[in-house]
Amino acid sequence: MAKARLIGDRTSKVMVQAMERRATDVRGRVFQITLLTTLLISLFILGVLIVDVVVDSWGVLTGRPGGFLAGTMRSLSDDPKLGVHQALVGTFWIAVFVAVLAFPIGIGAAIWLEEYALKNRFTRFIELNIRNLAGVPSIVYGLLGLFLFVKSLGDLTGGKSIAAAGITLAILVLPIVIITAQEAIRAVPQGLKEGAYGVGATKWTMIRSQVLPYAAPGIFTGTLLSMSRGIGEAAPLLLVGAVTGRLGSNPSFFDLSAINAEAFMAMPVIIVEWVQNSGRDPGFAEAAAAAIVVLLVFVILMNAAAIFLRNHFEKKRG
Amino acid sequence: MTDTRVDPAEGFSVESLAANPRQARKERLIRDSLGATALVSVLISGLIIWSLFSEAWTFMVEVDWGAVWDIGWFPRRGIYDIKTLIVASLIITGIAMIVAGPLGLGAAIYLSEYARPGVRRTLKPILEILAGIPSVVLGFFALEWIAPNVVKTLFGGPAAGSLLAAGIGVGVLVVPLVASISEDAMKAVPMSLREASSGLGARKITTTVRVVLPAAVSGLMAAFIVAISRALGETMVVFMAGGAAQTAVYTHDPLDGSLTMTAGMTSLARGTDSVVGEGLTFQSLFFVGLVLFVVTFGLNLVADRFVHRVREQY
Repeated sequence: MAKARLIGDRTSKVMVQAMERRATDVRGRVFQITLLTTLLISLFILGVLIVDVVVDSWGVLTGRPGGFLAGTMRSLSDDPKLGVHQALVGTFWIAVFVAVLAFPIGIGAAIWLEEYALKNRFTRFIELNIRNLAGVPSIVYGLLGLFLFVKSLGDLTGGKSIAAAGITLAILVLPIVIITAQEAIRAVPQGLKEGAYGVGATKWTMIRSQVLPYAAPGIFTGTLLSMSRGIGEAAPLLLVGAVTGRLGSNPSFFDLSAINAEAFMAMPVIIVEWVQNSGRDPGFAEAAAAAIVVLLVFVILMNAAAIFLRNHFEKKRG
Repeated sequence: MTDTRVDPAEGFSVESLAANPRQARKERLIRDSLGATALVSVLISGLIIWSLFSEAWTFMVEVDWGAVWDIGWFPRRGIYDIKTLIVASLIITGIAMIVAGPLGLGAAIYLSEYARPGVRRTLKPILEILAGIPSVVLGFFALEWIAPNVVKTLFGGPAAGSLLAAGIGVGVLVVPLVASISEDAMKAVPMSLREASSGLGARKITTTVRVVLPAAVSGLMAAFIVAISRALGETMVVFMAGGAAQTAVYTHDPLDGSLTMTAGMTSLARGTDSVVGEGLTFQSLFFVGLVLFVVTFGLNLVADRFVHRVREQY
């Protein structure tokens, strides 16, 4: 009896202590605030980055926005004809290559992997291979492009051309397209598929009429993300040989002969070019910032649309 | 579809269940073409390995190996000191992880364990926008803002490019990567573990630090390894803000400028219209690329293992 009483006393004492303890857990609070701070630091850096770029580019963007978009590469930063038109044309064509090559191949591969492939070692090998490709540094794709499309297949692509650059970047974003499309297709409810089979659909009819419509928002999100990755990538383009200095021609947007002409420019590369020029002519830093704003408008719009779409459909489908 | 319909007068047979041959051919054709698109990825891997090896092999056979362990990286003069590039790459990666490790992990713990749904819905997309910022933009930012405002003011370094400025820039670049993989790992920890811990009277901080983090450790490892691999392979930030152009003398001082493996390749490929110089200059590009590829490939494989372990556990 005495022993049981003793335990009961001690237990109740601990309970009372626990309940009377001050409600605020100081250590926990500090921990939580530290965590929030780390998150806010990252967001603060993003804010500083955007403000810094906008402030630097203010003169160009408010002074002569039209001239800057229509202008070409010049050797002096105060040249009134300085601008990004050639780079916009190059980036436009790179985007076309990515859309025409990476999207159909990537989505096709995702459909095959999710709907057709047997769950065997070969499939696992392909999937591992795709995940590894997604982690290969972008500059290595540049080496591939330099070796394959510039040197080996130079006659077809025109050497250091927009075609070589476009195919290289399409290859670079392919794994991202596949992985995001696979996730979207995997999320299609089994019941929808069985329903289609139940009314006599063939496999392809089932995929076309049930799987693809349901997975479309997810697939579209993935293509937006990979497109924004593709148009912002600079390293492979430097290796595949975006020109330095002045570009002879200034083709219009739909001039097909520009595709395998032996010279091209792209938005991320013009930024690098002007940042390097700012060493001898500080005015180029301003031009680089303006080009960054132009690039960021595209990239952030695509990303924001992708994030919005995903969140919208996630919520809708619970 | 009409030709697959069964005429009741003839009755049902096994044949009436068989597909129309034309349709079956079409189905097979679609299946095979989709399979072919999946094989494209294998072809690409093969081409990457082939292009790296074929040129790197020439380099390894013909180079004077004394020139691969020398005073610095002067490829156009035939001095290919890879040690300079590797040390610079490691310094950049180290600095980047010092920045991105705590920031990314802290953000992930907050988003996964503490943030209320509303807060999470606003903060997370902003972090994802940061993830989408192209690396040239961070290169510009590292050179024009981090170098004068952080490196010069806090560390007394140069206001122009340096390994430190580039390293911080790369760190900012990989924060969202660390955060998103870590958050996924913590989200995968079952609620019942947290509930059991709370039920035993543990506070939130105890639950988070002693229960959730250990349970998610595989995923956190994966996050760090992927981030290291990404930082090693990052090119533009280092090329623009690394403080060296074309050549570099060996250094291990973060306040100096130097060339990483990636920046060395870029400046070599870019310097003139085509890569010229000593006989093996072009091949040296692929040799450095091969070293980088092998290292990042290994890291990615290890990270992949860790991610799988998370999936198997829960």
